[in-house]
Amino acid sequence: MTKLKRRTALIAAGAATVSLLTGCGAADMTKQASPFAGAQGANSVTLSVQSWVGAQANVAVAQYLLEHKLGYRVDTVQVDEVPAWDALSQGRVDAILEDWGHPDQEKRYVEDKKTIARGGDLGVTGHIGWFVPTYLVEQHPDITDWRNLDKYASLFRTAESGGKGQLMDGSPSYVTNDKALVNNLKLNYQVVFAGSEAAQITQMKQFAKEKKPFLTYWYSPQWLFQKVPMTEVKLPPYKDGCDADAAKITCAYPHTPLQKYLNADFAKSGGKAAAFLKKFRWTTEDQNEVSLMIADQKLSPQDAAKKWVDSHPDVWKRWLS
Amino acid sequence: MATLSVPTSARTAKPRVLKSRAAGKLLLLALVAAVLAPWAATRWPGAAWPHELTVSLAKPLASASNWIIDNRDSHPLFLYFFGYVSNAVVLCVRAVYLTLLAAGWTGVTALGALVAWRVAGARLAAGTAIALLTCGALGMWVPTMQTLALMVVAVLASVAVGALLGLAAGLSDRLDRALRPVLDTMQVLPAFAYLLPVVLVFGIGVPAAVLATVVYAAPPMARLTALGLRGADPEVLEAVESLGATRRQRLLTARIPLARGELLLGLNQTIMMALSMAVIASVIGAGGLGDRVYQALASVDVGQALAAGIPIVLLAIVLDRVTGAAGSAKPAGTGQTPSRTVGWPYALAVTVAVALVTRLLGRLDWPSGLTLDIAEPVDHAVDWMTGHLYSGVPVVGGTADWAGHFTTWALDPVRSGLQWLPWWSVLLIVAALAWSIGTWRSASTAVLAMAAIGVLGVWGPALDTLSQVLAAVAVTLVLGFATGIAAARSDRVERALRPVLDVFQTMPQFVYLIPVVALFGVGRAPAVAAAVVYALPAVVRITTQGLRQVDPAALESARSLGATGRQQLWQVQLPLARRSLLLALNQGVVLVLAVVIIGGLVGGGALGYNVAFGLAQGDLATGLVAGAAIVCLGLMLDRVTQPTERRAKKGA
Repeated sequence: MTKLKRRTALIAAGAATVSLLTGCGAADMTKQASPFAGAQGANSVTLSVQSWVGAQANVAVAQYLLEHKLGYRVDTVQVDEVPAWDALSQGRVDAILEDWGHPDQEKRYVEDKKTIARGGDLGVTGHIGWFVPTYLVEQHPDITDWRNLDKYASLFRTAESGGKGQLMDGSPSYVTNDKALVNNLKLNYQVVFAGSEAAQITQMKQFAKEKKPFLTYWYSPQWLFQKVPMTEVKLPPYKDGCDADAAKITCAYPHTPLQKYLNADFAKSGGKAAAFLKKFRWTTEDQNEVSLMIADQKLSPQDAAKKWVDSHPDVWKRWLS
Repeated sequence: MATLSVPTSARTAKPRVLKSRAAGKLLLLALVAAVLAPWAATRWPGAAWPHELTVSLAKPLASASNWIIDNRDSHPLFLYFFGYVSNAVVLCVRAVYLTLLAAGWTGVTALGALVAWRVAGARLAAGTAIALLTCGALGMWVPTMQTLALMVVAVLASVAVGALLGLAAGLSDRLDRALRPVLDTMQVLPAFAYLLPVVLVFGIGVPAAVLATVVYAAPPMARLTALGLRGADPEVLEAVESLGATRRQRLLTARIPLARGELLLGLNQTIMMALSMAVIASVIGAGGLGDRVYQALASVDVGQALAAGIPIVLLAIVLDRVTGAAGSAKPAGTGQTPSRTVGWPYALAVTVAVALVTRLLGRLDWPSGLTLDIAEPVDHAVDWMTGHLYSGVPVVGGTADWAGHFTTWALDPVRSGLQWLPWWSVLLIVAALAWSIGTWRSASTAVLAMAAIGVLGVWGPALDTLSQVLAAVAVTLVLGFATGIAAARSDRVERALRPVLDVFQTMPQFVYLIPVVALFGVGRAPAVAAAVVYALPAVVRITTQGLRQVDPAALESARSLGATGRQQLWQVQLPLARRSLLLALNQGVVLVLAVVIIGGLVGGGALGYNVAFGLAQGDLATGLVAGAAIVCLGLMLDRVTQPTERRAKKGA
């Protein structure tokens, strides 16, 4: 067996070299799977995992069900949001389970190139905003209005923010208008990027432990709210189209129903797996339950998914029918 | 003390001549500055690079990137060229990966141990086996195999490309002149700068990762091949020629065998650089161990990051030792191979047998019961550390407090100082530094590189990065020189340090990010800390070597004159080791820059952040401009710290 496999591999490599040399026909590198995918020859699905825990929870549960109830082999790839669209269009990834709204990519890949198909709602509504810890609101009740932020700027000063107040942002890959907002609302604040969400969470936990004030870019649903209660700072209200020009933006972030997207070919011919992923739909509470197990109880995503699946058969049975 | 210069007159005379020449250069430069600076200062007032002198590449780069995405599946250039390259890479990596999986964990371990035994002896064989089994025990078997598969393909390609280039440069003087500056420059560029151009063409994924690795790892092979071919003993060549050998025979029978040492050293360096890059390339979708570290860093899960980081370190040490041993061994083929080792056919047979047995037993995958979960205890330890050491430790303060103080008292003043300097004065300083230790050519390269940064429109972030580099280099030099002096003066210290330095020097850059995040949180301070730790071993080693090589006669005469230990050090050893100290500075700067850039992933900001942002957002315009600026910064720093001799009186 070993020899046989090795020989086929050698033949494959040889064939590749030969075809490379002779140059017969076209080679479309956009239709190319990862060399590590589906190594054991089973039916396989590749899911994109984004770096935040909520997305890990989606993928963990989908992976568990695909593997244990439908008999697929699941590979996961961590890709940032925008490159994930590219990978999805090329078929290097079969599905994105939680997208926070990328209108440019949607137009390019879903409408123009038709290489990506919509997969329906995830069932969770996402919202981005500026947050302060609730213990701070108790001391300064008027801090939750953006017009009063300048008054408290000195509270938020740190080594990285210079003389201004610090507005902490997370990963460079997240959707954010904060720099433009600070600029356009003429706030005495400096946006400081923590570089990753984890770094941001570490920092927030550290602040919260010492009951220090902080102002941060944050989003819900997010498990950290259970650990560090936070209150949103009201920005000028969101109206349709007020975020059309990203440089001139002066309004809050919208409430976004999170979307699933599938590779177009996979959506058509992906069989049971594609049908299952299209039906996959749960609530904010469900997602948070799994996220908390992963992020706070330090369960592995697989174990967390198993625990949730065992205790919520009524929810996932619907996805398989 | 005047008599001291007697035994070393030849040596001390040189710096004096240099000094006077340097003074002349500086005077000339001051004259030029006196004419140009007022004009520049009135024409473009303000400290920052003048906006009129920038060229915005954002539009053309963005449209190029869009064009590529739109045409990637239809344009013939992609269908008939890049597509094949990409497919070939994927097929090769897949073939190697499947082979490794088919051999199973026992087969791979057996093969690794037998190869190590064959080329490096029994001790390293045992070490290799233990290292591979540890990778499995940490639950990292499959990622390790993915990294290995990628490495095998990348190293083979790098060696092929490097050897070809080296052969060409070794045989043709003209090619050598053309290639050498390019290869020299590539050697000093940070790994991060290589990622973006390949991503632009190949998109995120394994092909891009492999190609970036090849571009990064091929230069040392090319350099050393050329060096080996050129360094062949002329007398031997003469002898071979007199025997009537043709050109080709000469190459195959004399020059290449004579260059064996350099070739194997090239292989060793290529493998180490490929490993380092294969890990960093996880940022562009390489998968494997690097991806695990990257994911774990993204969730500040130090335990997980360590579980993936240890296999990387083990792989690095094993590969380094085994290939190093192969290089220093006696030339094979002379019949001196020790008979106690195994022959190749035997080794292969054992591997296949072991693999078959495991397959028959159905135990190809790493047994899941045999994994050791280190993530949890490590996380506990880290929690304890952040709980107790992080802040509020009486008297010394916590690590986070240090990071805060370092940022406020060192990083911020240096940065604001640099940004306060008018742009033309920065160029002048660069010119003065580079010219005083080099030629007008290296000085103009440095100035042009610095000016290019301004033209690209990233003057501000580049100075931010530069301030981190300067702060990190200062810390590195203080610590490195102190340790180096201690090691040079005491054999015991040196013996104790050597294994530590060995391990630290073989570790890929990426690994250093793990502990600093745990200790210093996020920001510029941890980036600087990682850079210091990464650059220290090289600085310590070069300093120690330089001090130890100081002419014993000079030391002896100083001692006989009654100089105390301290006087010997300051007035004899350090001045005489000046060259080595400068080399240590140069190496320190290059290594620090490489890690400060990667520090963008842990909140270092500036250019490194721009690259990470460009990759994360698919905004290649930002990333590529930052990448180009990093290249320029690297060039400038290298030229400013590298003493270049004038070419040996060729034109003069």
